[in-house]
Amino acid sequence: MSIKFTKDHEWVLIEGNIATVGISDYAQEQLGDVVFVEVPDVGSDLSKGDELAVVESVKAASEVYAPVSGEVIEVNSELEDEPSKVNEDAFGEGWFAKIKLADPDEVAEYLDADAYKTYIEGLS
Amino acid sequence: MDDASKTKQTALHSLHIELGAKMVPFAGYDMPVQYPAGIMKEHLHTREAAGLFDVSHMGQVVISGDGAAKAIESLIPGDIQALEPGQMRYSFLTNEAGGILDDLIVTQREDDLFVVVNADCKEQDIKILTDGLAGMAIVTELDDRALVALQGPKAADILKKFNPEVASMPFMTFRELDILGVPCFITRSGYTGEDGFEISIPNEKAVEVSQALLADSGVEPIGLGARDSLRLEAGLCLYGHDLTDKTTPVSGGLLWAISKRRREEGGFPGADVILEQIANKPDVKRVGIVPEGRAPAREHTEIADMDGNIVGEVTSGGFSPSLQQPIAMGYVPLALSAVGTEIQLVVRGKFKSAKVVKMPFVEQKYYRG
Repeated sequence: MSIKFTKDHEWVLIEGNIATVGISDYAQEQLGDVVFVEVPDVGSDLSKGDELAVVESVKAASEVYAPVSGEVIEVNSELEDEPSKVNEDAFGEGWFAKIKLADPDEVAEYLDADAYKTYIEGLS
Repeated sequence: MDDASKTKQTALHSLHIELGAKMVPFAGYDMPVQYPAGIMKEHLHTREAAGLFDVSHMGQVVISGDGAAKAIESLIPGDIQALEPGQMRYSFLTNEAGGILDDLIVTQREDDLFVVVNADCKEQDIKILTDGLAGMAIVTELDDRALVALQGPKAADILKKFNPEVASMPFMTFRELDILGVPCFITRSGYTGEDGFEISIPNEKAVEVSQALLADSGVEPIGLGARDSLRLEAGLCLYGHDLTDKTTPVSGGLLWAISKRRREEGGFPGADVILEQIANKPDVKRVGIVPEGRAPAREHTEIADMDGNIVGEVTSGGFSPSLQQPIAMGYVPLALSAVGTEIQLVVRGKFKSAKVVKMPFVEQKYYRG
């Protein structure tokens, strides 16, 4: 089990050949109060870079892109009624989708927790 | 950055930084979009208690000269001559096609007019006023004054601790009153749908007065983000979005701002177009829209009829913190403008059900005296 981060502020938790995807605490803080999340349909086949989800704050809509390719096997439908979970628990109950990895090597380029921390420090 | 492109700062800039605001460029100014509390909390706090907004980026203009009230009526359709000293009115600069060049508030003071215009339109408006009133009135920008808004159900109770005179001011009136010994221009007005005040303060005293207001436990600082969601709930237009030089006051639903006398006499730019639309109805109308479900429909979202034909566009849209549902306004053909009409919104390529509703979305609570 390992957690990786993209420079687009998504996290990817790898367990076997399943990747759970969400957005980082930094991302939820930048977005502000999340009022709506549109998650993908279970069964949809995504390529890395495809639109995975849409996150709407009071102010604006933001796209979340699939950090890995593969089939969506589960989505967090709780977000439909409680989108604020993304703010409250970005790394836990605020997860978006689980994707069955088509190419496990895709995550190799992503940052580990320390490297991501350094990366966001450089942004402010 | 060279000087010409440098973002301007209001007199309260240092206070915003101190309060931990997230600053964004807006209309040429570095402005607070939100404070650490966030848009949702700031919005709800304003509806429950009181919020303090820095709106110093807006233009404050004085028009002086004996015939100023009559003269300005050649540029705007507002009934300014009907105003007694201390009264104010919402109006707009129009062009020859009847389009709106900016919306503004005109106050009749004892000896002159005090006008507040949008930040983005400030230079244009001052030029239109200066050129249009040449020989009749003198137009002076007050760039040495800050402007803050104190809005919310507790605004009056809080401000009257600083000057009891404010309590009896009715909505849309003006007085020159001291706050902490500082001479301020105070109007009972705002852009949130709540009772409240806008306070014009000399720049050098702006931080002191604002800090004193913020020291009250009922007052929190509110950024531009919540300002936008508050005014949308109140059904109020944002210039450049809900009103443009392509929209007329008739299709914009602003006929209430053109008095009987001005309709009869005309004499403002685009009067022929506007009066014709009043007589024969406009082609399109601004309406309130509630999308079904939780997904907000943002500005530029296409509006379709039930057959799927694209018939209009959302001009402001977002999530209503008070109602916990998305709300929007936009323009639709007259035939689809009746309250209750079912329409569709094209959100990210998908047709979603929506309904035309009455505005405001949240009841306005102005103090009528």
